[in-house]
Amino acid sequence: MKVSEMLAGAELNQVAGESGNGNGIKGAYIGDLLSLVMSRALEGNLWITIQAHENIVAVASLVEVSAIVVCEGIHVEPGTVAKANELDIPIFESKASAFELAKTMIGLGIQ
Amino acid sequence: MTEEVAASFDYQIEKDDFKIAGSASSHIKKILKQLGLPNPLIRRASIIAYELEINLVIHTLGGSMRLEVHPDRVVILTEDIGPGIEDVDQAMTEGYSTANDTAREMGFGAGMGLPNIRRCSDEFSIRSTLGEGTWIRSEIHVG
Repeated sequence: MKVSEMLAGAELNQVAGESGNGNGIKGAYIGDLLSLVMSRALEGNLWITIQAHENIVAVASLVEVSAIVVCEGIHVEPGTVAKANELDIPIFESKASAFELAKTMIGLGIQ
Repeated sequence: MTEEVAASFDYQIEKDDFKIAGSASSHIKKILKQLGLPNPLIRRASIIAYELEINLVIHTLGGSMRLEVHPDRVVILTEDIGPGIEDVDQAMTEGYSTANDTAREMGFGAGMGLPNIRRCSDEFSIRSTLGEGTWIRSEIHVG
């Protein structure tokens, strides 16, 4: 599933990285501790987190996740948006919790 | 073992510079990709480089990171200007961290950095002198 297809089925607000919407999503990872994300998230995962600072873009780029969803209504910082646009990493904001998002993503067929 | 260095790159990492933290690691990853090294090796090197870089930002007064690509191994080295680690064995323990609240709120300071680096390395060494600084060497074998 592509990021753009996932976006069509979920209530998400895209704030950055539209040029990466063609990325393919393979599974998801939920986590806020960056060391764990670095070591456990897999390439192509959709990354759901409450972290919204600039460094999430570096982590996403190194792991090569397909996109980041910042949940719980937390707003992404402007520096994060700028960096994500530069590196073509889609970032979305969502009011939902990580659990609610997981249910939505599973419903869309992301396993 | 050959001492030929195919390529080497040096990076200066500043204390508390969270905004650009990760850029040296991203550059290292890009180089290893350009050199055509296998993806699993690149992933391990990326984790090592990122954790080392973040450690320099959070825990040190600043320092340098070096990537060396040899025909048979990739080496990542860091050296900082202090303050040094009081108890290296404790610092190597998963879950132990001296990171401050700001770093923890940002998702750093899980006490996973050094254990992650050791786990991803084929050879790992660390030397630290309190009041002086810390030297870390991580090596991944190629092939």
